[in-house]
Amino acid sequence: MICLDLFLGFLKVGLFAFGGAYGAIPLIRDVVMSYGWLGDDMLTYMIAVSESTPGPIMVNLATYVGSSQAGLLGALIATTAVVLPSFIIIPLIMALLKRLLKNPYVQAVLRGMKPCIVGIILATGVYMIVQHSVGNIGAFSENTAAILLTGVLAAIYFGSGKVLKKGISPIGLIGISAAAGILVYGIK
Amino acid sequence: MNILLDLFLTFAKIGLFTFGGGYAMISLIENACVEKKRWITHDEMMDVTVIAESTPGPIAINCATFVGYRKKGLAGATAATVGMVLPSFCIIFLISMFLDHFLEIAWIAHAFMGIKIAVGILILDAAIKMIRKMQKKPVTMAIMACSFAAMLLIDMFAAHISSVTLMLIAAAVSLVIFLCERNRGKAGADK
Repeated sequence: MICLDLFLGFLKVGLFAFGGAYGAIPLIRDVVMSYGWLGDDMLTYMIAVSESTPGPIMVNLATYVGSSQAGLLGALIATTAVVLPSFIIIPLIMALLKRLLKNPYVQAVLRGMKPCIVGIILATGVYMIVQHSVGNIGAFSENTAAILLTGVLAAIYFGSGKVLKKGISPIGLIGISAAAGILVYGIK
Repeated sequence: MNILLDLFLTFAKIGLFTFGGGYAMISLIENACVEKKRWITHDEMMDVTVIAESTPGPIAINCATFVGYRKKGLAGATAATVGMVLPSFCIIFLISMFLDHFLEIAWIAHAFMGIKIAVGILILDAAIKMIRKMQKKPVTMAIMACSFAAMLLIDMFAAHISSVTLMLIAAAVSLVIFLCERNRGKAGADK
């Protein structure tokens, strides 16, 4: 049943997504792909949309996936599921378990999970970049354009941080990349 | 004004006007809840940030639940959390109805082909920033490197292993190392 799957899938996301939105993206990919809810491309587009619209990225993604699978009801279920673990855990920690986070065993568990999440995010980023730039094996002309775009966008994004004081914001990069996409793929 | 309504409206405003997710929101929440409304103190806000980072879930939601619960128990937590979620819920729900049709338009499809590449770069950037902030202990670095390699292999071969499994393994490894170190410490103290 799709509604139950949505609930359980996003409950898992809400329960294991440490480290904010980017910690959740590999997990959401995991869940969405294993149920076959969205293709890789559509999910990536939606990550960009979630980044460019207000609100927590994780919640935005849950709303979108839920809505795409089961309309308004699906959106409500997925959004509730992704929020529910924090909603239960935070008051619990405040009311009963104030010292829980300082417990050495809990600390040891968190010490292991945090670098693991960083590794997972790094792998997801590297994999997505490689897949989107050289993923179309055989389609040489598309690959050259994508590799070129990747190089230029990365140079602009990482370079701007060094040259300007604040660098380009994520939304700024998404805007630039959209314009570049229209130019590069439209002219061909 | 009724405190529940106030919580709801304050967090709805934050939810409506903050782009870029969790960390961007923390400064806005601090501004609204500490400086303007004086619902919590600055020290409490620091605590929230630490708790929000060490607990799962969206960081902004964790903060909203914390402030709401502090002010008015479970009802307050509900008002703040619903307020935080509602604006983006409506926006994304509207977008979800039109995105498929938008993508049939050629130039929008081209724009998204470019955007796809930007998303990879943003995720990579988030990881690099996290590595910079991480403690550079050998154990930490080893766990990170192993998770990186394992996740890359899982992605490449589309293996059916969840990233949650990796996280649980990493947690177990770290716990075992901690127990070994503690036992060794005790044995040393006994001598």
